[in-house]
Amino acid sequence: MTRFIAKRVLQGILVLLAIYAVTFFLVAATPGSPFSTERAIDPVILKQIEAFYGYDKPTSERFVTSLVNVLNGEFGPSAVYANRTVTQIIAESFPVSLKLGSLSLLLALGIGIPAGIVAAVKRNTWLDYVPMSVSMAGICLPTFVMGPLLALVFGLILNWLPVGGWFGPEFVILPTATLGFYYAAYFARLTRGGMLEMLNQDWVRTARAKGVKESTIVWKHCLKGGLIPAITFLGPALAGIISGSFVVETIFQVPGLGQWFVRAALNRDDFLVLGLTVLFATLIVIMNLLVDIVQVALNPRLKYD
Amino acid sequence: MAKVLIALALAGAVAACNSGPPETEKAAREGILLFGNGSEPKGIDPHLVTGVPENHIISALVEGLVAYHPTNDLEAAPGMAERWEHSPDFKRWTFHLRDAKWTNGDPVTAQDFVYSWQRILSPELGAEYAPMLYVLKNGEKFNKGEIKDFRQVGVKALDARTLQVELEGSTSYFPLMLQHYSFFPVNPRAVEEHGGMVDRQSGWSTLDNFVGNGPFKIKKWVTNQVFEVERNPAYWDAKTVRLNGIRFYPIDNVNSEETMFRNGRLHLTSTVFPDKIPFFRKTMPEKLRIDPYLGNYFYRLNVTRKPLDDKRVRRALALALDKKLIVEKVTKGGQAPATGFVPQGIPGYEPSDAVQFRPDEARRLLAEAGYPGGKGFPKIEIMINTSEAHRKIAEAVQELWRRELGINVGIYNQEWKVYLDNQSNLNYDISRAGWIADYVHPSTFIDMFTTGNGNNDTGWSNPQYDRLVDAARTAASEEERVKLMHQAEAILLDDMPVIPIYWYTRTYLKDPRVMGWNPTLLDNHPYKHVWLSTEAPEAGK
Repeated sequence: MTRFIAKRVLQGILVLLAIYAVTFFLVAATPGSPFSTERAIDPVILKQIEAFYGYDKPTSERFVTSLVNVLNGEFGPSAVYANRTVTQIIAESFPVSLKLGSLSLLLALGIGIPAGIVAAVKRNTWLDYVPMSVSMAGICLPTFVMGPLLALVFGLILNWLPVGGWFGPEFVILPTATLGFYYAAYFARLTRGGMLEMLNQDWVRTARAKGVKESTIVWKHCLKGGLIPAITFLGPALAGIISGSFVVETIFQVPGLGQWFVRAALNRDDFLVLGLTVLFATLIVIMNLLVDIVQVALNPRLKYD
Repeated sequence: MAKVLIALALAGAVAACNSGPPETEKAAREGILLFGNGSEPKGIDPHLVTGVPENHIISALVEGLVAYHPTNDLEAAPGMAERWEHSPDFKRWTFHLRDAKWTNGDPVTAQDFVYSWQRILSPELGAEYAPMLYVLKNGEKFNKGEIKDFRQVGVKALDARTLQVELEGSTSYFPLMLQHYSFFPVNPRAVEEHGGMVDRQSGWSTLDNFVGNGPFKIKKWVTNQVFEVERNPAYWDAKTVRLNGIRFYPIDNVNSEETMFRNGRLHLTSTVFPDKIPFFRKTMPEKLRIDPYLGNYFYRLNVTRKPLDDKRVRRALALALDKKLIVEKVTKGGQAPATGFVPQGIPGYEPSDAVQFRPDEARRLLAEAGYPGGKGFPKIEIMINTSEAHRKIAEAVQELWRRELGINVGIYNQEWKVYLDNQSNLNYDISRAGWIADYVHPSTFIDMFTTGNGNNDTGWSNPQYDRLVDAARTAASEEERVKLMHQAEAILLDDMPVIPIYWYTRTYLKDPRVMGWNPTLLDNHPYKHVWLSTEAPEAGK
């Protein structure tokens, strides 16, 4: 197992380096600069600004400098937001996304997995149809429809909940619900599929024939295997959900990381784009590693290799 | 199961629900203005920022020599200077500073202004708005590194409370320029303690270190969430200030902003979605505000490309546009069809009426240029930056040209930075553009089309125009200057490297509790005159 982890960590580092290099050169090749504005900047002034941020150097030299800096944990300043470093921006907004993401994921798992199990066990009854139709709707309704809809109903019509901002517990509910229901729908369908596959196995039929209680079959024998698809999805979902959702954050004015992904790209805030990419890629690599470990633990047919 | 959980979630929601009066009412009682401010400020250093949301915040925190007048756009209200005088030729100005304090206790001195103007003009700082200070004698030379000694620049502290300014040319509207934040002072001690005069990333303009001298001081700054200021008791005119604080909310999304306004969480929005204006007119006319705004929406024509290198073609395109139709059917926000480049509303400057809807003349000009009825007209395209509003206008223009001239133009959108790149590299045929005045004077619009000006972006150059603009800059009197500007504008509108489309308005939603919020041409609302009524005619919901 140690060898497995060491190998995967090494692979992960290579992947991160490759991602960094590709992102750097893509960003450098993108037209427009962080300093271009509607009002023209005098070329003399522009040169000063570019020199300050190191843009007067050739791209290859900038790449080496930035890579060395990043390896030292130094992501540099934001090229657009004065007085703010990339590290500061991430440190401020990542906890918000982490909170929103974890709560949404808890909600998603709390609703999705039980709903999926029930639907599989009570297949072709209303306990299957209703949650599955709801989850189909949940998958089909993108967050940018669901969010404003919830805001309209609970914010404007019922006037129960605030529709924007991040100032207290009541502000967390609508964004969490929007994001959570979306993922809940996925988990419900994946769990149902996984459970059905298990429940249709020959050994389940044998167990039933031998008079094993249905609850033992479901909880003791099928659950572990039935959750594998959901857990495979959990890794990337976790990385995605805790690094922020641009749509949900924009709709509900949540000061999380998701907005920065888009804003950094639109502003050509190169250092920030790179910092965020590194963060997101690292999260994905770590989550996938964790999922692999959990999968082996759940599925005896898999081995660490 | 899912149903049960949803029900539980709902029960939780109800338990946590915020019953009682809306936030706007509570805030009004506390004297706190809730302000939809567009986007997260890129900074609050007056010498480095360039945007509108930043301006809204900085004007609460810092005060220049003069301040904005609450109602009169042409009058500078006293600020750090309690009075000032000028030489008869408007070239030498003397400002007498009042006894005022920075929030760190330092007195505001004339030397602070010298330091501040040296800072923004220092080439090493790379301040984008430094050209505003080219009005100072030798300001441009110092900024471009041609002069190293700042003592040669036209600003001098005669003593701690007297500031003397020498200008390049006679400029009667200099006090109006001083209202702009590029002329604002910074506290030298704070700047020096955190990185020094020319450090772009110096830490002085942060939540903990900021030092101001304005009616409000910084209280809280949470990125992407809120920027809060509170009353500054040390402000010289604190007794006039009626608000206890302002919360600036950075809300990029127009729809979210509107929802928050209707949810009772904002007193003011930064804008409204144009398509919704008729709806607001009908449902909440007392909250919809349409104010004049000194700006114009226009199309740049790339005169280095065929067929736009032909003046007749350019004129034909301009005269064929029924702009009344565009403002009534597309933009809907009470905008005025532009008949000239300098927008209406500048006192003392009669707007030009040179560009009218004259389809017959347009068709004749197009025929003369060799494209009768649009035959043989090459395929050209309108470049817009990606936005639904710009697309709708472009589609209207496209249709009007097809109808009146029989020509087909394409439309393509570009992401903002790519659009900016293409525009400044003249990599377009026709490009959508807009321009908002920095100060109330026609020069803020006319100056940009001189040869080689960074904002020209059309490839157009006219020596006579350049001469007139130059002469206007140093004209002996305001009448003379206005006359020269009119002549220059006439040349611009005859040669037509740009097609003016409409003159802006500011459309936004305002809670009826907000008082003392007067329409002004530059959308400036000096906060010390703003207050909140606790007896709203109707509870804002």
